[in-house]
Amino acid sequence: MSKISRRKLITGGLAATAGVSGLAAAAVLSKRYGLIPPDCKGIFAPGETLTYAAQRLLTTHSLAREFPRSMISKTPFANETPHFNDAFKLHQAKGFLDWRLDVGGMVAHPTSFSVPDLKSLPLRSQITEVACEEGWSYVAEWIGTPLVEVLNEVGVLPQARYIVYFSIDPDWWDSIDMADALHPQTYLTWGMNNGDLPVSFGGPLRMRVPRQLGYKSVKYITRLTATDNLKGFGKGLGSPEPESGYAWYAGI
Amino acid sequence: MVRVTHWITVLSFFALLLSGTLLVFSHPRFYWGETGNVNTHPLFTIPIPSSRDMVPTGYGYVLPDHNGPSRALHFQAAWVAVLTGLVYVLASLWNGHLRNNLFPARGNRSLRAVWAVFAGYFRRAPTNVADARSYNIVQRIAYLSVIFVLFPLVIWTGLAMSPAFDSAVPAAVDLLGGRQTARTLHFFVSALLVLFVVVHVAMVALAGFWSRVRAMITGRAAVAQESSVEESTAVR
Repeated sequence: MSKISRRKLITGGLAATAGVSGLAAAAVLSKRYGLIPPDCKGIFAPGETLTYAAQRLLTTHSLAREFPRSMISKTPFANETPHFNDAFKLHQAKGFLDWRLDVGGMVAHPTSFSVPDLKSLPLRSQITEVACEEGWSYVAEWIGTPLVEVLNEVGVLPQARYIVYFSIDPDWWDSIDMADALHPQTYLTWGMNNGDLPVSFGGPLRMRVPRQLGYKSVKYITRLTATDNLKGFGKGLGSPEPESGYAWYAGI
Repeated sequence: MVRVTHWITVLSFFALLLSGTLLVFSHPRFYWGETGNVNTHPLFTIPIPSSRDMVPTGYGYVLPDHNGPSRALHFQAAWVAVLTGLVYVLASLWNGHLRNNLFPARGNRSLRAVWAVFAGYFRRAPTNVADARSYNIVQRIAYLSVIFVLFPLVIWTGLAMSPAFDSAVPAAVDLLGGRQTARTLHFFVSALLVLFVVVHVAMVALAGFWSRVRAMITGRAAVAQESSVEESTAVR
């Protein structure tokens, strides 16, 4: 009996030591390589961090699935229309001609873009799926300016780690890491299915992050900030979503 | 190892079931193919109220939203369950549990053997000694199906719903036939797992719930139970 328990003790001890030192090494490495999400807090921090770290290692350069034109949904669903504020209604009355996108923070040349300015940059289109966190989805063609083109235009500084993007609604903003910000399918979108982007789908300007759930694709974008730290934004969790328990990283 | 992983799996399974059920409330409609939303025809709808007012349910009220914490719990429990399952499978390969106790024994690989077990169940015959030490053929088939068919399927269909995972491994969702098919299959496989748990717990209850649970916790009670079974069969 003592023989077995000694062997068990040694194996168990070795396993525990390996486990603890493995965890410690993983913590150091993940901090160094930016594998810890800004909302890494509370009882669900281990799960969120494992998911984010695993997907960052797996998906840094991978492209969201694109579909043939024949698969574009005939009945896309815009979701609930938000309660528009006066600033938005004023823009809407003027046909969004004065809509601006202000880009600042850790950039060499802070710039204000009009939608035509954005359209003069290299434009792209993609036929990708919007997958809502609730479970529903649709496929549409999205036409826009890759975020990376805008970031190149303003000269984003190498120390920037996140891009924070703000809707015209002051309570609606979000952020993505540079892997998603520099990703070729992340667009500032102004067109949909061969036309202008309808207001219900986020027009005149929507952030499209096709490798994450729909709620990261914030509508009515007016401002971008490049930063190396999300602490100064809202409660420092990367977006208001984690305040109600939703994950900041929604690649899922 | 079998016992520890069993109870960790029990905990994570219930966390997954609870959070998964709460998530379904935000959109109790299921579709087939790549896309589906309230503007398209569902494959079927679960007749429950929803936690979203954009979903037509026929109920005049909207339930509170628990999706944020539910999803966090779902993923954390999924990590625990998957890592535990990995440890269980590797350990079972290593220590012979898989070969000795799960893979159907040589003399039992026939429908006749399966039927004999069911016949025993129907007669409510006392457990024989061999069955008290290991699993019978029906148990082996059920456990193997859960471990090597249903668990992999539920993990696969779950991962196929991740847009980021699909960007790295598009075949994960394309082979299933689309994102909404993956979601619907995830629901059905989960239902099969629940069915397994119900039957499993019912069988444990028939065999003597607390003595079996004690055996599964300590491992020792099983021996005592076994000898008492031996005695009772000897008496007969």
